[in-house]
Amino acid sequence: MTHRFDSVDAVREGLREVNYLADDSIAGVAFLADRLAKPILVEGPAGTGKTQLAKSVAEMSGARLIRLQCYEGLDEAKALYEWNYKKQLLRIQVERGEQDVSWAEVKDDIFSDEFLLPRPLLEAITAPDPVVLLIDEIDRVELETEALLLEILSDYQVSIPELGTIEAKQIPMVFLTSNNTRELSEALKRRCLFLHIDYPSMEREKEIVLTKVPDINEKLADQVSRIVRSIRQLELKKAPSVSETLDWARTLVILGIENITEKDALDTVHILLKYRSDIEKAIKEFSSNSAAHFEAKPA
Amino acid sequence: MSITENEPVFLLLEGFVQELRTAGLPVSLSENIDAAEAVRHIPLEDRNAFKYSLAATMVKNQAHWKTFETLFEVYFSLRGDEYNLNDDNDGDRDGDDSDDSDEDQDGDQDGDGEGQGRGGGRGLTQEELAELLFQALLRGDDTLMRAIARQAVKRYAGMEPGRPVGGTYYLYRTLRNLDLDSVLERLMDQTREDVAPEQLTPFEERLERDEFEARIDKLRKEIEAEIRRRLVADRGAEAMAKTLRKPLPEDVDFMHASREEMVMLRKAIYPLTRKLAARLARKRRHRRKGPLDFRNTVRHSLSYGGVPAEPRFKHPRPAKPEIFVIADISGSVAAFARFTLHLVYAISSQFSRVRSFVFIDGLDEVTSYFEGIDDITEAIHRVNTEADVVWVDGHSDYGHALEVFWERYGREVGPKTTVLILGDARNNYHASQAWICKEIQRKARKLFWLNPEPKAYWNTGDSIVGDYGTYCDGTFEVRNLRQLEKFVDNLV
Repeated sequence: MTHRFDSVDAVREGLREVNYLADDSIAGVAFLADRLAKPILVEGPAGTGKTQLAKSVAEMSGARLIRLQCYEGLDEAKALYEWNYKKQLLRIQVERGEQDVSWAEVKDDIFSDEFLLPRPLLEAITAPDPVVLLIDEIDRVELETEALLLEILSDYQVSIPELGTIEAKQIPMVFLTSNNTRELSEALKRRCLFLHIDYPSMEREKEIVLTKVPDINEKLADQVSRIVRSIRQLELKKAPSVSETLDWARTLVILGIENITEKDALDTVHILLKYRSDIEKAIKEFSSNSAAHFEAKPA
Repeated sequence: MSITENEPVFLLLEGFVQELRTAGLPVSLSENIDAAEAVRHIPLEDRNAFKYSLAATMVKNQAHWKTFETLFEVYFSLRGDEYNLNDDNDGDRDGDDSDDSDEDQDGDQDGDGEGQGRGGGRGLTQEELAELLFQALLRGDDTLMRAIARQAVKRYAGMEPGRPVGGTYYLYRTLRNLDLDSVLERLMDQTREDVAPEQLTPFEERLERDEFEARIDKLRKEIEAEIRRRLVADRGAEAMAKTLRKPLPEDVDFMHASREEMVMLRKAIYPLTRKLAARLARKRRHRRKGPLDFRNTVRHSLSYGGVPAEPRFKHPRPAKPEIFVIADISGSVAAFARFTLHLVYAISSQFSRVRSFVFIDGLDEVTSYFEGIDDITEAIHRVNTEADVVWVDGHSDYGHALEVFWERYGREVGPKTTVLILGDARNNYHASQAWICKEIQRKARKLFWLNPEPKAYWNTGDSIVGDYGTYCDGTFEVRNLRQLEKFVDNLV
């Protein structure tokens, strides 16, 4: 089997070219996933680039991205495959005209590839060209539905009772993302490599801002990432995500702000924080004297 | 590729995996094999890559990452020390030095001066080291910081071979001597001076401070790592791993949590409540259908010529209980009350109503603090500071608190009410007034008692949980988040 990537550094460089700044662990795990032919389970707070990682890997390796968005109530027919029963009915009607067709022939006929509607998972397996399969927000499906995925994740095959087992022509890169709203089953976790993407360090965030926001100067990017880091240290309901940081940086550029003052920050803080209580807390923390920032501990 | 038992990688991992399991991480056999397989693909001399490949294959829960990291540092630092043999010798020599100076070093500063005077093959005085530290922090120079961390540990920690003292002791000694708090102030002063013409706004000052705090934090971690490396070199990885064994966040005991663990718990509770709420909402929606709706079934049978072919069911209406939480918030059990209140309010949508009362020896209703506020932490903070809970002396008096509750709110307890009492039932030998529990239980749907003490301590000393327990529908030991989650899950 040929490998997609030569080394961890090659992954990192490749991702950088498509404007995704990977840290050691992201590049390392992506590299391992390719070598071990295992799916990656990506977990972390919302808006830290989990989905983007899959997209970027697809872009970098020139593969097609097949995406399965999970939701509550997702079933086999939507995830794996479905029989095109309308077409099957038509076929039966056509064949009824001809006299000497036996039942067995009809049966074999209507349960063949022609009448199979592939859904994302089957599509990813049967694709002749290289693909990246993204199973997004896996934590939204019920525990029972997870089991649908197990066969495809560990053996890269799909068993269809009428047809037999369909094996993968090539092993796709698989990414599963989770926002961790529930504990995933052991069986699923065991089959995957685990990657936790957390909020980036200040230096990395600054780089991300510099690559993703055109026309931003270094000084502003530095300030942005520093302020965001300080905000994340507060106890918030929802800390600002990377995408919100980018939105904020873009806003500041549009507003033509070169140097963020306290007022600018407070005026635009609603881009970073989405809960009223969080905004209030941030304003309280940053506008008052810094001496007050040690929280009084209850006795 | 197949892996046989004799492969060096497998042997190398064996002890480590064993240790992970002892620490409570569920590492399965197949994950173990994956890990062994994974490390073949990465260059072994790249320690970071080695670490991430082990983590990716064996640690599948972010909450376990910290435990993994600590164990990893312990287990795979041996190699590092062999590698830097030079440094190791150095360490030993210095170790002897600090041996001598240790006796007088314990209390006063003079000893330090002496110690470093002799230990100083490098010719740095304490002042010089402090200055160097200051410069390193000011410029954010990582390499220099690392060197300083090493020096500082050598000089101040006073580590002796074979001394049965935990790493925290050495850490404390080192940090005390470095006095990082005043260094921070100096750094701030320096920054203020640098930009003297334009006055630093509080906002900018705050940012600067955060920056320096981050750097100091880095230094602290460096020091910790340095101490750990030395301890491992002295005692061996297995012994070290044992002393460092820390409970996972969900196993931390509420009553004995250190400040650091408290922070960890506070961080852990938010995702926990979110998960719990999602699970409960889901459970409610997917409940079986309600009882047969006879009228509706007959109505629909008409379209089948009177045959009830399509049975109809009533919509299920699971009863949402009303919850009364009565919590002891005296010092010893305050943390427990805080977490339970937090959890109950976070899933309050699952109840028709939540009312909360707190007491020490007096009792006060605090429901209003939580109303219309989305920040539970803030509300709990107010509970701790504003509620009027002291009656006589501020020592727990369950009897009196229950009396007050019964007098003022007793008639509001109804057949839909579930009452939770939180506390260790250490009554300081006051009257128990257990009859009130009996009365509450008679009127309420359920009465539960949650006790943060280990079961073995119940009914010892002034604990009278047994007296109350007789009248409760259940008494539960709730010492950590795991048990708390389980209880709340069952409650709904």
